[in-house]
Amino acid sequence: MELVVAISVGVVFGAGIWLILRPRTFQLITGLMLMSYAVNLFIFAMGRLWVNRPPITPDPGIDPTQFADPLPQALVLTAIVIGFATTALYLVIMIGARGLTGSDHVDGEEPRE
Amino acid sequence: MNAIPWPQHLIVLPVLVPLLVGALLIPVNESRHQLKFAFNLASTTLSLLIALALLLMVDGGHWPQDIGVYLAANWAAPFGIALVVDRLAALMLLLTATIALAVLVFSMQRWSRIGVHFHSLFQFLLMGLNGAFLTNDLFNLFVFFEVMLAASYGLVLHGYNLRRIRTGMQYVAINLVASFLFLIGVALIYAAAGTLNIADLGARVALLGAEDGYLLSVGACILALAFLTKGAMWPLGFWLPGTYAAASPPVAAMLVLMTKVGVYAVLRVWQSIFGDEAGALTGFGLEALTIGGMATLMFGAIGMLASQDGGRMAGYGAIISSGTLLAVIGQSEAGVLAAGLYYLVGSTLAMAAFMMLIELTERIRPPGAALLAVTMEAFAIEDKPEDPVGVGIPRSLAFLGLAFAGCALVISGMPPLSGFVAKFSLFHALLDASDGGGATAVAPMTWLMMALIVFAGLAAIIALMRLGVRTFWASGAVAPPRLQFSEAAPIATLVVLCVVLTVQAGAVFAYLDRTVFGLAHSGAYAERVTGEPPVSRAAENGDRP
Repeated sequence: MELVVAISVGVVFGAGIWLILRPRTFQLITGLMLMSYAVNLFIFAMGRLWVNRPPITPDPGIDPTQFADPLPQALVLTAIVIGFATTALYLVIMIGARGLTGSDHVDGEEPRE
Repeated sequence: MNAIPWPQHLIVLPVLVPLLVGALLIPVNESRHQLKFAFNLASTTLSLLIALALLLMVDGGHWPQDIGVYLAANWAAPFGIALVVDRLAALMLLLTATIALAVLVFSMQRWSRIGVHFHSLFQFLLMGLNGAFLTNDLFNLFVFFEVMLAASYGLVLHGYNLRRIRTGMQYVAINLVASFLFLIGVALIYAAAGTLNIADLGARVALLGAEDGYLLSVGACILALAFLTKGAMWPLGFWLPGTYAAASPPVAAMLVLMTKVGVYAVLRVWQSIFGDEAGALTGFGLEALTIGGMATLMFGAIGMLASQDGGRMAGYGAIISSGTLLAVIGQSEAGVLAAGLYYLVGSTLAMAAFMMLIELTERIRPPGAALLAVTMEAFAIEDKPEDPVGVGIPRSLAFLGLAFAGCALVISGMPPLSGFVAKFSLFHALLDASDGGGATAVAPMTWLMMALIVFAGLAAIIALMRLGVRTFWASGAVAPPRLQFSEAAPIATLVVLCVVLTVQAGAVFAYLDRTVFGLAHSGAYAERVTGEPPVSRAAENGDRP
């Protein structure tokens, strides 16, 4: 399972890197979103991979090694919210740039031939 | 909450006050400009007073070991988030509040009116800055970084024009990627050490096995990439000059503070985690910081010589200042760090004043002159409202010239102002540190660093002199420009503060020596932070009348 998660995080992040190096804003925003998904998965995996273990229990008298680490799950929730908000903000700027410059190139103008 | 003495709550106020005021101002209509400004001014002044109080309390022995700890939600430190104020944090809070107040007064006349929600965004930026200086938790630091960045995205675009949109888009994209790197670094550090509390990390680093140690150092490197993108280390700082030049002047002055947050975060994390008690990892990555800092100095100096436009020049000036600081942090000697912090305070004040001053000097040139300069943006949409009306201050040209000279002296490090004192003490400490026993020769790296700092100063003075000659003597100005009192006073205050810093150098250095002493003792810091007891229910009941 570790290998599958590692490869998928790597592939998604790699695709993100390739996309943010592209010149069009649509490619850029897609790349940023892919990268944020990969990062979220990565944080989640940093709590180690478990199957069928609850993160929280009301009963204090239980062996903690039988439970998943709840902290990365809390971190990932925060990261998702913040990533979502900043991406939405970026979309607004993108639309503004498209309207003002008439081009969807990241430099705000078409490259000269 | 009776069990906590009220001064303890002062630690959380620099975050809470701007948050509440910023939120309060959102629904207020833009037409009630005076009201919004008054609220913003009251909140920023309050921040200044709180920062001053915290500084006096920290330095006056109010808390054990001069470190104030505030346990958010009353959870003990490694589990909950602790806000920590030590001498460094208090100094940065005071610097932030001072510059924020100056910038706010400066923007009263025109800049806060060219777009919407300036005051809310300004308060949120202040909240993010203050929070980043106060927090003692890496993930919480990420959250405050994001608050600060989100506000800065809005502010960079404030007064929406083509140029701002273009640079704003790149600025946001770069910072989003840097935020992802921040998250990866934080996740790796958590995976290796099992904690994100900076003080606790410092205590645990020496206990880590070799494998976890590697993982932690990889995490710290990725984290440093995120910090250094904010701090504009070469080659991560290419976004900076363009963004500074495009942003409106008050915003650019606040952005100067943001580069210092990156530098501060590096200093804080490195001193606490990779300090003397880190075992095998002591001093990890410091050479890279020195070399990176020197490359940044070089890049900034060349960029400053090459730029025509005042805004870009100021941007490269900020890069030079970052480079000097990073190289200094890489040296990590007590005397060198104290001199570096002194340089940080002086150069940040001067840089912020310079950002605002540039906009005023642009008014000297007759209309159209800006269009003739080849490198100027000819197609920028004119977004400035018509020239301010009302009473201008007399002798405006003399004032501008004096303020410009003052800023230039501090930025380039010429006597007699604080820039010179900073560089002199920096060289003194560098030479002192490297021949500690008296027998060893000064390291070639130290010579190179000193040479680069001198070269950067020379480049700065040449570039600023050229700008000054072009602006004041060769501009063909016929009538002195109209300046408002509210525009001149903040600049004058910041320059005067630089002079005060020079005159009071002894007292300031004594404070900074104590600051650096506290930073170097990361073990005591960790004990103090993790040892802070939460308020117990019984004590709370006992205290209740």
